[in-house]
Amino acid sequence: MNQFFHSVTLDKDKCMGCTNCIKRCPTEAIRVRNGKAKIISERCIDCGECIRVCPHHAKKAKYDTLDILQNFKYKIALPAPTLYGQFNNLDDIDIVLTGLKHIGFDDVFEVSRSAELVSEVTRKLLQEGKLKKPVISSACPAVVRLIRVRFPDLCSHVLQLNSPMETAARIAKREAAKKTGLPISEIGAFFITPCPAKVTSIKMPISCKKSEVDGAIAISEIFAKLAAAMEDQKEVEQLSQSGIIGVGWASSGGESTALLSDKYLAADGIENVIRVLEELEDEKIRELDFIELNACSGGCVGGVLCVENAYVAKARLQRLRRYLPVSQNHIDGKIPSGMAWRKNLLFAPVLKLSDDMNEALRMMAEIDKISEELPGLDCGSCGAPTCRALAEDIVRGFAKRNQCIFVMREEIKNVADALSSMGTFLPRNDKEKKEQ
Amino acid sequence: MKNILSFDYIVPGDDFTRAGEASSDVKHKLKQIGYDPDAIRRVAIAMYEGEINMVIHAGGGQVHVEINPEKVDMVLADQGPGIKDIALAMREGYSTAPDNVRALGFGAGMGLSNMKKCTDTMKIDTEVGKGTTLHMTVFIKR
Repeated sequence: MNQFFHSVTLDKDKCMGCTNCIKRCPTEAIRVRNGKAKIISERCIDCGECIRVCPHHAKKAKYDTLDILQNFKYKIALPAPTLYGQFNNLDDIDIVLTGLKHIGFDDVFEVSRSAELVSEVTRKLLQEGKLKKPVISSACPAVVRLIRVRFPDLCSHVLQLNSPMETAARIAKREAAKKTGLPISEIGAFFITPCPAKVTSIKMPISCKKSEVDGAIAISEIFAKLAAAMEDQKEVEQLSQSGIIGVGWASSGGESTALLSDKYLAADGIENVIRVLEELEDEKIRELDFIELNACSGGCVGGVLCVENAYVAKARLQRLRRYLPVSQNHIDGKIPSGMAWRKNLLFAPVLKLSDDMNEALRMMAEIDKISEELPGLDCGSCGAPTCRALAEDIVRGFAKRNQCIFVMREEIKNVADALSSMGTFLPRNDKEKKEQ
Repeated sequence: MKNILSFDYIVPGDDFTRAGEASSDVKHKLKQIGYDPDAIRRVAIAMYEGEINMVIHAGGGQVHVEINPEKVDMVLADQGPGIKDIALAMREGYSTAPDNVRALGFGAGMGLSNMKKCTDTMKIDTEVGKGTTLHMTVFIKR
């Protein structure tokens, strides 16, 4: 596999080279070069903002299709609770789960079930006081990647617990192996995903060597097929085993309220998330135990691979949750060993100017100088999101000063002036010569 | 030859909502330079507290920052009322901040002591009626 797998990719033919995506990228990971957008792989956190804003649909997410099921003997669907919010007039989660079994899956394991386990373990860890407070949720993979590239000092605050998705795959595959007698390698677990960041976290995990999840299929990919399979079901199987807490994880605030404490904060939308992280870094946010952050507005219901408006989906989920038990999944006593991360979160200094600090200081001085000479309009016409980003690109050797259209205009004017003055220049006549 | 990078900022005294912009800018620059994360944290906090103090007590001031591969030097100068009793001002919980500022969550009397904690050297030059100049240094390795 490529060193940097990304779910978020570009369809070159559709890209018009406009500046919508470069201006919205939270890690300044996109440049327009030769009329087409280019994603800087090391910087991309797969948040999907560019997919959301691209008016030409040139930014897209790579994910698996139902064809991947053929590679396994026993197939388990791992639906994100967000999936339930996509359907109108749904009054029973089991209709969705039964539908999944009609479109090719042998079994389902709700991610909301393992979310309840993660909530219980988080509560326990907080009570034991072993975590560095405030603890930052690790459920949103885009947020974890954002912290990894931009907030070195906060890496140690990230909750090093596997996500509900990862935990679901682990439990579901082991349960299925017992039930069917098949080896684990012939059992496939597939996440029904609301976002590209989850796809990347399966193909290129940062919390372990290899994910237990075997594929990720977009909600938008199976929506039509699943909706059809949900019509006229002769028999609705009783499959759902999650409660208010688990289903609540789909929207912002759900993970925090499950901690049954009021010392939390929940922020959603990538810009808001960055603002909170900046303040956390400066120790301006104190006296809180838990920080829930979701890159998408509204939480997972706002993912770019959903079909329904985030707020409509959230309202539907509130209705679906109403008569459920609070929580239906519990750990017995101690924390299962498989739930902890296998690797620590290490800072990835992708924005660093140079490994040699003396050189970095020189470059920074140069960036400041060039940046002052640029017009400061941040128009994006040069292909970089801001004038400062262009100055950085120039100093790093990736761009030229006259990519700025204002600098170029100045250069053209100088050339034109020079030509024009040459045009009016007359050779001296004989009379003048004599006078000299 | 060692490269030294220096920056100057004016902290406006009349706009509380802009306090903290200078320390935020220095923080971003230090990250790009590849400074030690703990040193960045200490610089950002010390400078932030200093900026807030200038706005609350002195009607703003000037900040001069010098960065080299070993350390960050900060000089925060204001033309405010000065500090009458430095020892008292350094005490945790002691504050002369007005109520309207406390209502925003500032003025808990932790500013100077927090700055002392975060920095490796701190020197206060102050004269009542003339102003205060603070010299702080954070070394990359403590």
